[in-house]
Amino acid sequence: MRAFSYERAGSPQEAAAAAAAQEGAQFIAGGTNLLDLMKLEIETPSHLIDVNGLGLDTIEATAEGGLRIGALVRNTDLAADQRVRRDYGVLSRALVAGASGQLRNKATTGGNLLQRTRCPYFYDTNMSCNKREPGSGCAAQGGYSRQLAVIGGSEACIATHPSDMAIAMRVLDAVVETVNAEGDTRAIPLADFHLLPGDTPHIETVLAPDEFITAVVLPRPLGGQHFYHKVRDRASYAFALVSVAAVIQPDGSGRIALGGVAPKPWRNEAAEAAMPNGARAVISRLLEGATPTEDNEFKVTLAERTLAAVLAEARG
Amino acid sequence: MRFDSPAEQNVSDRMKVLGQPLRRIDGPLKTTGMAPYAYERHGVAKDQLVGYPLGSAIAKGRIVSMDINEAQASPGVVGIVTTLEMERLPKVDWNVAYLFGGRDIQHYHQAIAVVVANSFEEARAAAALIRVEYEEDQDAMYDLAAVRQERLSDDVEPIDDIGDFESAYASAEVTLDATYTTPGQCHAQMEPHATIAQWDGDHLTLWTSNQMIEWSRQALATTFDLPAENFRLDSPYIGGGFGVKLFLRADAVMAALAARKVGRAVKLALPRPMSANNTTHRGLTIQRIRIGATQEGKITAIGHDNATNTLPGGDGENGARATRRFYAGENRLLINRALEIHLPESNAMRAPGETAGLMALEIAMDEMAEKLGMDPVEFRIINDTQVDPSHPERQFSERHFIECLQRGAEVFNWASRNKAPGSRREGAWLIGHGVAGAYRDAPAETSGARVSVRPDGSIRVETDMTDIGTGSYTIIAQTAAEMMGVSLEVVNVDLGDSRHPVSAGSGGQWGAASSTAGVYAACLALRKKIAERLAVDPEALEFSEGYVRYNDQQTALSELASAGSITAEDSIEFGDFRSEEYQLATFGAHFVEVAVHATTGEIRVLRMLAVCDAGRILNPMTARSQVIGAMTMGVGAALMESLAVDTRHGFFVNHDLAGYEVPVHADIPEQQVIFLEGEDPYSTPLKAKGVGELGICGVSAAVANAVYNATGARVRDYPITLDKFLDRLPEIA
Repeated sequence: MRAFSYERAGSPQEAAAAAAAQEGAQFIAGGTNLLDLMKLEIETPSHLIDVNGLGLDTIEATAEGGLRIGALVRNTDLAADQRVRRDYGVLSRALVAGASGQLRNKATTGGNLLQRTRCPYFYDTNMSCNKREPGSGCAAQGGYSRQLAVIGGSEACIATHPSDMAIAMRVLDAVVETVNAEGDTRAIPLADFHLLPGDTPHIETVLAPDEFITAVVLPRPLGGQHFYHKVRDRASYAFALVSVAAVIQPDGSGRIALGGVAPKPWRNEAAEAAMPNGARAVISRLLEGATPTEDNEFKVTLAERTLAAVLAEARG
Repeated sequence: MRFDSPAEQNVSDRMKVLGQPLRRIDGPLKTTGMAPYAYERHGVAKDQLVGYPLGSAIAKGRIVSMDINEAQASPGVVGIVTTLEMERLPKVDWNVAYLFGGRDIQHYHQAIAVVVANSFEEARAAAALIRVEYEEDQDAMYDLAAVRQERLSDDVEPIDDIGDFESAYASAEVTLDATYTTPGQCHAQMEPHATIAQWDGDHLTLWTSNQMIEWSRQALATTFDLPAENFRLDSPYIGGGFGVKLFLRADAVMAALAARKVGRAVKLALPRPMSANNTTHRGLTIQRIRIGATQEGKITAIGHDNATNTLPGGDGENGARATRRFYAGENRLLINRALEIHLPESNAMRAPGETAGLMALEIAMDEMAEKLGMDPVEFRIINDTQVDPSHPERQFSERHFIECLQRGAEVFNWASRNKAPGSRREGAWLIGHGVAGAYRDAPAETSGARVSVRPDGSIRVETDMTDIGTGSYTIIAQTAAEMMGVSLEVVNVDLGDSRHPVSAGSGGQWGAASSTAGVYAACLALRKKIAERLAVDPEALEFSEGYVRYNDQQTALSELASAGSITAEDSIEFGDFRSEEYQLATFGAHFVEVAVHATTGEIRVLRMLAVCDAGRILNPMTARSQVIGAMTMGVGAALMESLAVDTRHGFFVNHDLAGYEVPVHADIPEQQVIFLEGEDPYSTPLKAKGVGELGICGVSAAVANAVYNATGARVRDYPITLDKFLDRLPEIA
């Protein structure tokens, strides 16, 4: 870990201003990912802006009938919220499928969206990684890639986004709200929030360096049946091989997003039109153009089969 | 004392304290955080500095240069030791890879420098500033399958070549020829390797975490070219070992080198991400098994050709080991190909050889039973042997494998199992059942102890035996309590200190049987000393309730020792009859029920049962804990554990506990363990054998066979992850 300076921000805008003021500054909330990365010197911030004292830890109803989730609401609290459990079951289930109880007690809503990939080559600083060190190459290409992306990756990077929460939020059409140093706010649909790697895999979101997440807004409830089916190599505390977040309506229509397969929550509204035709029809459109490796080509079949399991469960 | 003939009736047979399901006496210390583990022993040496290691970034080659200037100038740094400062340090044969010194790199994350600083954070930050230039060898080989293929025609001296395997196999009525693979496995013990080192002149004390105190003392003598007497090791508590702490390792060597350089005590722990590649692993295996049998299910030919990885000088994971003695069959060809490739050091991990071997053999037995149309329990029973198949003149001292199978089948309700693979469905889940046999040798090693009666009437036991979480403290205390006729509460046990008599240590499942026999010998010596003091025949003495009773008189132990402790020391040595005339081993049968999601292939273990035949059980509670822990490890090996090899760079990629998955609580169902009643007088005076390694043997194959039974999809490549059979599950709508 490199030496760094530290401050506590007094308001969201101040936090953003502090980030603008110093190059290499980063926000820290739960720290469940950032601190690990700092110990390994994968992240080397020169300055940490602690945002834990900013409030932003409540869940409030919106005028539109949805919920505004403060950026600092802890994953445990979000998953347990009665309104979330009742109206956004897919989100509650995705949250409790992630990490461990102890981590969820610390991890925040905003931080969860910004967690970094668990690609093992990203974590081993002896290996080349364009995400960690732009231009150094990608050791994962041609390496051990069982966990890595089958779609949305590039020559430069085939890492996945590890979040479960974000997959559910994508299905719910969540919107990320931010503020910057000037006090300007913006609302970014989650669909547009994460970037595909292209040849700049180190740039993972559309956030500007001085832009701070204040909340995530859920639109009004969708109704229907909610599912989050996460398939992994052990029953708990593991990242997804494939996860399916789905909201299925009584008429068989619905929404679906995939986790564990791409650098961002993977959803394609056009593919959802095929829902009444079954899992194979949906996945063949959703994962059209997939370029899996030998290690992870099973994920395409697994996605199909996991959605089939969800659809079967929805039929009862 | 020498153990030259089978044990007869003796004091230990009282079984008032021994054999009882007693909670471990060190439990409260552990659960309250008061048991001192190596890295936390802040009080043992003053002014401790912290060392942080640097591992090699390449797998094979040499270091061209190291630049430590920036690291040296980093805040808090007191000193740096680099591998270039010295020739390669000598090692003993137990270690395969060298631990430190010189330019040459043998494996990824080989220790090449240690930074000493005032704080852990400063040492770690400085270590990251060392710049190393390497020259990588271009001829390195990291792919076991490729090397095996190239070298299949090599002439290898078989382990056993009995009868005429090839002809018997060729003429057998029913045959199986299948190849199985097991991956490298990581010990993944909770406590990392850790040591505090302090020199006093040319005498070194190490507070460390090590299974085999005397082996490591000897290894230190070799490495530092000083007499063994100059070294003291102390390792009272060990947070798991499973074989990865059998030998001197780089943590101790680096702490010692660093402490010498800076002239102060230095503590050092191996960081988790460095452990998998720096230390040892269970070697990878590729095992071809051929079995020939009659229509009636009698095995006539058995061939087991194991290939495994090792660095020069090692023998890897010998998968053919258990096959030597498990099943009958007149024609046998067993081979171990220890192939030198340049992955890190493969070495002992819990039941080395048997674990990976039975993962394969016990699937093969299942496949064979199916070919024969037989119940796999029955097939195993038919092929039981009461003599060592490779030396039929040698009998097993005690072998109740058939009883394990029969008892297990009854308790598990094997008769109501799913009989046709892939045919039992409950909702979204396919249900399957599997069985496998377990075999593990029961060695014993010389083991010593010192026992005292103290003025307060308490008993103190001192031995360099270790407790790696197994329950050594407790069974040793039970032995002393039984022998000296006192309650467990007044027995005080001190372990893991090289100043104590040399014990067998913890390894090879010999620890429990050997160390309690050593304590038995020392207690007999103490009883004799007391008899001499009382001028009575030792045979006439009875020790009970804290008193010595003789000729209608009684004296309290506290009174005997009122003028000062009475101490005796002895060691048990095992005569050749134990290993030459008889084969001593432990046996078991595992039964498993699994559910496999018919659509996604997710596997959930529902029920597990182990029936064990391991002689007298010294403490059914700690023995059960050993076996359920081993069963859990077996589930890991079956379903998830695998060190992923990068065959380009020659290292294990998933080298932390996020990437190397072991079972979590949610993976483990109710586990039942049954110990058959019995004792083995050929083993030790206490008639006991070990169970810690028996428990993992065969478990993974029982799980694998259950998955096959549930799905009808046979997987011969561990771990059995869903990607390997997804395409063979029922079609989706």
